[in-house]
Amino acid sequence: MQIYIEFYASLMKYLPPGKSRFRREIRVDEGLVLNQLIEQFHISHAEAHIVLVNGHYVDGESREAQELVEDDVVSIWPPVAGG
Amino acid sequence: MSWTRKILRVDLSKGTCTPEPLNMEWANHYLGSRGLAAKYLTEEVDPKCDALGPDNNMIMATGPLTGTMASTSGRYTVSCKGPLTGAIACSNSGGFFGAELKFAGWDMIIFVGKSEKPVYLLIENDKVALRSAEHMWGKTAWETDDILHQTHQDPQMRIACIGRAAENGCLYAGVINDKHRAAGRSGVGTVMASKNLKAVAIRGTQGIGNIEDVGAFVSSTNDGKAVLAENAVTGQGLPAYGTQVLMNVINGVGALPAHNMRDVGFEGAENISAEAMAEPRKSDGKPNLTTNAACFGCTIACGRISTVDPTHFSVKDKPQYQGASGGLEYEAAWSLGADTGVDDLDALTYVNFLCNEDGFDPISYGSTVAAAMELFESGVITTQETGGIDLKFGSAEAFVAVTEQFVAGEGFGKDLGLGSKRLCEKYERPELSMTVKGQEFPAYDPRGIQGIGLNYATSNRGACHLRGYTVASEILGIPVKTEQTDSDGKAELVKAFQDATALVDSAGLCIFTTFAWGMDNIAPQIDAACEGDWSVENCLETGERIWNMERLFNEAAGFTADDDTLPKRLLEEAIKSGPTEGQVSKLGEMLPQYYEARGWTADGKIPDATRQRLSL
Repeated sequence: MQIYIEFYASLMKYLPPGKSRFRREIRVDEGLVLNQLIEQFHISHAEAHIVLVNGHYVDGESREAQELVEDDVVSIWPPVAGG
Repeated sequence: MSWTRKILRVDLSKGTCTPEPLNMEWANHYLGSRGLAAKYLTEEVDPKCDALGPDNNMIMATGPLTGTMASTSGRYTVSCKGPLTGAIACSNSGGFFGAELKFAGWDMIIFVGKSEKPVYLLIENDKVALRSAEHMWGKTAWETDDILHQTHQDPQMRIACIGRAAENGCLYAGVINDKHRAAGRSGVGTVMASKNLKAVAIRGTQGIGNIEDVGAFVSSTNDGKAVLAENAVTGQGLPAYGTQVLMNVINGVGALPAHNMRDVGFEGAENISAEAMAEPRKSDGKPNLTTNAACFGCTIACGRISTVDPTHFSVKDKPQYQGASGGLEYEAAWSLGADTGVDDLDALTYVNFLCNEDGFDPISYGSTVAAAMELFESGVITTQETGGIDLKFGSAEAFVAVTEQFVAGEGFGKDLGLGSKRLCEKYERPELSMTVKGQEFPAYDPRGIQGIGLNYATSNRGACHLRGYTVASEILGIPVKTEQTDSDGKAELVKAFQDATALVDSAGLCIFTTFAWGMDNIAPQIDAACEGDWSVENCLETGERIWNMERLFNEAAGFTADDDTLPKRLLEEAIKSGPTEGQVSKLGEMLPQYYEARGWTADGKIPDATRQRLSL
């Protein structure tokens, strides 16, 4: 199935080659769990601090179980802050 | 020194400068900087006074840790009754000026009265004098800084001054120090201008002494620095990306306001983000971000130094703006960018340079322009009012043109100096002003992040993220993640953030340390530096005392629970799309819980029992 990944800040280095600044369209197996996706890109759990699926925050525990579905947008940030 | 125990009283009406001992009883109750200045202000100023009249005082204050070896110890504050809000105002700045004030041997300077003619205050340790500033009136903050450095031939001299915005009566003018740092919010620079005080120039060579327990201080400040260095946010994220890294985060979670908060979510956000600032541009292969920068004693170094593309329309004929200067921080990039719909990074950087050069608050300015753009697109104002400028959302050319009009104090620029509230009232559309107590919002939508909305509504200086940054918890998961659209538990969360922030501001430290430090890191540093008991419990109670005292000032100025509110748009118009679609602010649920958590009455008054508990 097709999903979209968005990696920001220091995680941009994990993005596969592509034209968009942050977003890539990728194909993954049905039933892929969020943490499996994160590991697939060699992003450590400590680096994947803010993880959103379609703009909604997914906490560390839920990342173990949440299955991705067609057209999901997964956005990931390392620990960041500002203000 | 921690406290130098000495303050300087400058009577501008009489032209006198008089040293006084610091009131140590007050210092032990209000610590320093924001808290202690609020105490002096409350004791000496009638809260009902005209903020721009001679009866208002302006206080520049350091905290006991300012200038010490503690990390981020470069902070000082400027306090007064604010002209934008009529409430107590306290603006915090970094750079090097605050530490220099301490090195000269002063905890604070209290300015009273009004000078007949423009003056500046010169401080060289104990030697202080008022001098004529008539030759600098009408000059920008940058020109003033250069003139004073040339006059005194001392490159180590540190200068805080006002630019033309304050002189022109802009109600949200700030005090600029070290050219690129600002006590920016609430119009403290406008008050400085009202006193005919152009600048304060300081050279201090006395260093730091009087630390209560030197061994414990060295140990606790070193421990604190290790925590900052090892923390991913303060050790890596902030120095590399600065505060601007939030642009995509806040847009991603459905809480980035746009177009005068008419919309939530901005398509151009990524073009004005930290990541975009780091990209090489086509014209010269250089990125917008030139380098990061640190204030005095800071081991985080979140500051941005930027250059505008020299071929960009805003600067191509202006070589004076083609060099590196203070770059975009997140709040400024939001208000100048997303709120106006402008996603031209170079245009925003140029306008930000002008904010520093002429001393005005980019948050209030961008938000006021956004309100003007909505008035323009609604047909309430036309090119007749704007002097021919087609002031539409998203137009970088219009934004740059109206800003150049503004800094010159000409035409429609004068209207923009009123701030959003008065501008919208003037054109009979008050509901279009996105303000609390007359001050414009920062970069987080209260519908998409519930706790920050409660903080805005109850902030003692009007809408402000820096009075209780619950975004840390609600979005960034610091110290623990709370659900952004839930209202449950937010009353207690807001109170905790507000009280802790009041304490950190009063110590002379930067609030950004709290992304890594808890009060158990901060209290030992204060306790080692200062006499008395500065346990975690006492620090938290001091923060709460300061918050309540500021509230008492506002109560005496005429503010009531009716002022603890948000614009109707945020309470009634739901977010139209995105992950927070359908949300409005649940302020009505949270506010009574907040009053209860604070020990206040149902109508937001501070009862005797709470006053006694806090020794107020």
